[in-house]
Amino acid sequence: MTDKQYLLTSKQMAEFVARGFLRFDELVPDEINDKVMRDIDNDAIKGSPAGTPLSRCYHGSAIRELLDLPQIQGLIQSLVGEDPLFDHDAIHVREPNEGKAQGLHADSIIDLRSHFDIQIMYFPHDVPLEMGGTLLLPGSHFRRVNEADIAAYQNMRGQIPMICKAGSILALHHGIWHCGRQNQTNRRRYMFKLRLNPAVRQLRLWNTDDLDEAYRDHQEIFTGPRGRGNVQDILSQREPWFEEASGRLEIVNRIKLWRFLTGDESFDVHYWLTRLENMPA
Amino acid sequence: MNNSMRQQVLTLYLSTSALDSRVLGWSIYDGTGKNRFTTGDNNEAPYETGLDALLDGWRLIQHPVLIPPYPGEEYTTSFMKYGFVFEKLEELDA
Repeated sequence: MTDKQYLLTSKQMAEFVARGFLRFDELVPDEINDKVMRDIDNDAIKGSPAGTPLSRCYHGSAIRELLDLPQIQGLIQSLVGEDPLFDHDAIHVREPNEGKAQGLHADSIIDLRSHFDIQIMYFPHDVPLEMGGTLLLPGSHFRRVNEADIAAYQNMRGQIPMICKAGSILALHHGIWHCGRQNQTNRRRYMFKLRLNPAVRQLRLWNTDDLDEAYRDHQEIFTGPRGRGNVQDILSQREPWFEEASGRLEIVNRIKLWRFLTGDESFDVHYWLTRLENMPA
Repeated sequence: MNNSMRQQVLTLYLSTSALDSRVLGWSIYDGTGKNRFTTGDNNEAPYETGLDALLDGWRLIQHPVLIPPYPGEEYTTSFMKYGFVFEKLEELDA
């Protein structure tokens, strides 16, 4: 069992629900980064059959050392439980001086679940802007699309190129739109990706100590941004690429996922669903 | 047809069905071969609104059709709803 101090907070979980990812810069120490780079060069990273409990994967390897870091354990446990299932891994390579980027896509196929997989993206070396970095579109995880159907979208307001130092980690909801940006350097770029499936019901798996009784009280309804102070505010922040009308539906999507994750079927953000559910007999 | 003319295609994804609403996303393909655009190559939108593209000489060739939500899918989000397609015809250099 992971020490509570390493579990995500409710505000971090709300960020994940709202934006579909969490970012941790320079989380992994250089000693492990160097070992992983050697393992990549030696083709020594070996996955497991799909559905294997993660605790049985990667024994004796640098990736195991990474997964055993308490911060990574806490992250995994908070999102998909203590011992999720290994789905697949991949070492993503962007070749030097590529002519173009990968098309925007969501991984796997269209997925209708409230339950979610996570994809851990690990950047074992520095990634400057000219090297590309994985591009991700915050808040895109609820959009029902099938893999590369969205490849026509070249640029979106609010997109984030993952420019980072070695040892940085992204934890993504499986539905997030992303792609490998063009690598315009003379060096290969690597990113290690690991997809994990929950093996337990995703219900209050994080540290919920910061959820007091008042956090779910109805607030004064507003439309403008108020910062990222509390769970309701975090869940109500629009992304720069949200359409005026569909952006409201994205907040409803977040409310539904938060209800699923907390078991609180009357939780709301600024009355969006309470209004619709008000049907006096 | 003048064989020295080539098409440039610009798609702007707007905030509403109004052409003068804000640009949220964009894609450009250049048939002259002078430029090669790709995913994630620019964080700055080429225009603030769709109307600004008209003012800059782009010709609107496709307007999004408004489709009511399918029953049961009223709260589902998917593709960008308001993609406007524009073109310019450019003469190849002699």
